[in-house]
Amino acid sequence: MIGAALLALGSHWRRHPVQLVTLLLGVALATGLWSAVQAINAEARASYARAADQIGAGGLDRLRRVDGAAMGLEQYLVLRRAGWQVAAVLEGEMRLGLRAIAVTGIDLLAYPDLPAIAESAAAAEIAPVEALTAPGRLFAAPALALALQGEPGLPPVVETSALPPDTVLTDIGTAETLLDRPGQISHLLVLPGQPLRRAPLAEIAPELIRQPASGAQDIGRLTVSFHLNLTAFGLLSFVVGLFIVHGAVGLAFEQRRGLIRTLRALGLPLRLLTRLLLAELCLLALLGGAAGLVLGYVVAAALLPDVAATLRGLYGAPVSGVLELRPVWLLSGLGMAVAGTLLASAQALWRLARLPILAAPGQRAWGSGRLRAPTQLLLALALLLTGLAGFAVSGGLIGGFVLLGAVLMAAALALPPVLSALLALGGARARGPVAEWLWSDMRAQLPGLSLALMALLLALAANIGVGTMVASFRLTFDGWLDQRLTSTLYVTARDDAQGAALADWLEPRSDAVLPIRSVEVQQAGTPLFIYGIVDHPSYRAHWPLIARSPQDWDRVMRGEAALINEQMARRDGLWPGDRVELAPGWTLPVAAVYSDYGNPTGQAIVALKQLLQRYPGTPDTRFGVHLASERADALADEIATTFDLPAGAVIHQEALKARSRAIFEKTFLVTGALNILTLGVAGFAILTSLLTLWTQRLPQLAPVWALGLTRARLARLELARAVALAAMTALLALPLGLVLAWLLLAVINVAAFGWRLPMYLFPLDWLRLIGLALATGALAAALPALRLYRLPPAQLLRVFANER
Amino acid sequence: MLLTVDTVSKTYPGGRPVLRGASITLDRGQSLALTGESGSGKSTLLNLTGALDGFDSGEITLDGVALSQLDDAGRAALRRDRVALVFQQFNLIPALSVAQNLAFQARLAGRLDRGWIDEITARLGLTELTGRYPEQLSGGQQQRVAIGRAMAGRPKLLLADEPTGNLDETAAGTVLDLMLELVRDSGTALLLVTHSQAIAARLDRRAHLTGGRVAA
Repeated sequence: MIGAALLALGSHWRRHPVQLVTLLLGVALATGLWSAVQAINAEARASYARAADQIGAGGLDRLRRVDGAAMGLEQYLVLRRAGWQVAAVLEGEMRLGLRAIAVTGIDLLAYPDLPAIAESAAAAEIAPVEALTAPGRLFAAPALALALQGEPGLPPVVETSALPPDTVLTDIGTAETLLDRPGQISHLLVLPGQPLRRAPLAEIAPELIRQPASGAQDIGRLTVSFHLNLTAFGLLSFVVGLFIVHGAVGLAFEQRRGLIRTLRALGLPLRLLTRLLLAELCLLALLGGAAGLVLGYVVAAALLPDVAATLRGLYGAPVSGVLELRPVWLLSGLGMAVAGTLLASAQALWRLARLPILAAPGQRAWGSGRLRAPTQLLLALALLLTGLAGFAVSGGLIGGFVLLGAVLMAAALALPPVLSALLALGGARARGPVAEWLWSDMRAQLPGLSLALMALLLALAANIGVGTMVASFRLTFDGWLDQRLTSTLYVTARDDAQGAALADWLEPRSDAVLPIRSVEVQQAGTPLFIYGIVDHPSYRAHWPLIARSPQDWDRVMRGEAALINEQMARRDGLWPGDRVELAPGWTLPVAAVYSDYGNPTGQAIVALKQLLQRYPGTPDTRFGVHLASERADALADEIATTFDLPAGAVIHQEALKARSRAIFEKTFLVTGALNILTLGVAGFAILTSLLTLWTQRLPQLAPVWALGLTRARLARLELARAVALAAMTALLALPLGLVLAWLLLAVINVAAFGWRLPMYLFPLDWLRLIGLALATGALAAALPALRLYRLPPAQLLRVFANER
Repeated sequence: MLLTVDTVSKTYPGGRPVLRGASITLDRGQSLALTGESGSGKSTLLNLTGALDGFDSGEITLDGVALSQLDDAGRAALRRDRVALVFQQFNLIPALSVAQNLAFQARLAGRLDRGWIDEITARLGLTELTGRYPEQLSGGQQQRVAIGRAMAGRPKLLLADEPTGNLDETAAGTVLDLMLELVRDSGTALLLVTHSQAIAARLDRRAHLTGGRVAA
């Protein structure tokens, strides 16, 4: 019985191959873009995990100074003598040309079982102790190892796949030399197997705090918002893809109503029939899902290098640019495909389960039985209110995304009734029988096309929203870079001594030499960078202040107040007039707040003298040099020759700007690519809707043809219909997109990155996008229109045939 | 002579010949019933006469126009301006209201006569139904709208293919009476395909098709 039933049910797909392809492609596209984003996120997460575990210390507690500054050897010795099993770690950054390399040095004598070293040494067939003996060893991922091998003055490099990219692991002694920070320790690792009787930390080192492993600041936390953004895009594509599945399954079930009644009349139990249909859907979902995974892998592999570059540039997160195939990713992709397909088919299955055997067979118009316009509008309103309530209650990034989702779904729900009203208005103003018919026909076709148009609305709105955000950002960022990077050259010395010599040497050769000195401290478990500056007119003239107070610069320079960046201001609710605690016992009033795009952490600016009083050991190696730009090249060459500085130690302002811009361009390249792909999926949704509606379309077109319209004209009108619907949807998407842009700029960005951008409008971009929407509509309708144009009259006549 | 069908043949691709030299003539204002077995080619002949499809050989001349000389646009113009069609399946335009359906072809042909359409609407008993849409009408009502639409443009020739085939006996009788009455009053010629001898008997002449030819 089951075999016979399956044969009968399966025969539908043989007779409707386009529908089958549509369904499979819908599942594939939905799964593809979703799993692409998941693959990227999984790869990044794996890289973060590798980074955290690079010294096997991901699960170890840390000891840090309360004020976040580096600690000295004496504290280490005190703890060791008191019985504490700790290992010293020195972290820092060295430069290889323009490339920033994270250096981690660890006391291998105290922690010889360090997994990454043990693993790497075993793989390279060397004894771990060789890392300790002169000249030491550097452990690095293969690509970096290759680059380091050519560098003079470095110890031998050991290749290892246990480390993330752009990271060097070595003994602390070697790291001190590499980073030129002798005797400094960033933090101590609390090793397993501590003796029971040991002196409490508060007694022997009250200036240290113990940071639990989970509380350690890690890259994963910094980048969570970036990944959330990607996930939101993936989800949007998934939903748009499911619209296609919903449409295809709905039509297939409608067309099989007669067959289903017959099967039930012949004795097939409803429960068995439902299970068979469920099994059929699962099989199709798995097939489509598998194709989607292939698509997802290709998209992810194409996007990952840009994502990795973005994460490295923005957060210093070491993400591998090479995609690995992970079983979890495969399984979750297929799971999403099946779950999504079943979700999209739930309505059709529900109707089928309630289908009486004896109802008159015959196909209902596709789309009938949908919600009435007032109900749909009420539902949209309810969704919107729910989103607003969700945001009001939870706030933050999640609340922002809930509100964003609610706005988009409410708009999608409201689209069909709004379009219907517009079409009725157009019909009332139409002159001539063909125009009247066209408007009425578009309105009659709306239920069948509404899902595809909803998909187009969402894709266009996302495009306008993200486009506006990106363009606003670019405009603001360009201006901001001009304000922030006012020095002509930026020079980095090898050490403090060379820094002092460099400053003296530069003094008579430039208009001004501005030291760039900063210290990283911990503030409530998160890093805070405190910069010390000298008074110079360029700061007062150009620094991008977004909230000010009277005599702000004077007060900062007198050591009476501090400037803080926007991220910190928004995160901690600190604005001019409030007091900010920079370190325990060091509190200053906030004089002004400045924009600081691209920086995920808090930052404060105080007078240099004041900083040095607190942190005398603040490195003095970086300088901004003011001089006429035409003299910059010559001076840069002179500096490099005189001080024997490596390439990358002297950077032109323009190169720095270009590098900063490039990082952001890469970020937006990823979202831009996802944007275009989503629009492509929406275009495909329209095409599949038109193709699946094709069989029902002929009986509607044949009478008009018989009454004297040529097939060519009907084909043109079909194109015009699709273009008009796409145009109306695009026009409605415009305000929705602007609302989306505002939400992204004013809500999501603030919650995710800590900065708020001004919103600019770009009408030319809208025109281009509307043009793209019209092209999408025309392209989607081109195939059905061509089929109509070429349709032999004999096929149209079948509509009128008495003996069909 | 309004219509001359002269030894017309037609074979659909991959099929057997449907018409093998069929010939008929029809004068202005005259009515002719085409009868024959299923598959004898009646509907095909009607479709060719209405310029809905092309033929392989022979010639059809309608109101002085040789149909073999027309391209797609010419055939569309002929359908729009000189002939009108009524099918068994009603074939109204679902997106348009009854009033819009009634006026559609007349407006396409640029011959909208509101007075005449109002008269037709009243005579067909559709006055109360003009705001409705086809899906809201019974079969008989839909066919009356189809006849009204066909006659609204005062065509020279009305082609009807089993116009009452989908209706019950009472509705069929009413619809046929109304159609014949309108055709007679407007001077339109009628070519009607039917299986029914009783209906054929009510028309001026009868032609019987067998094996793709008109029986002698």
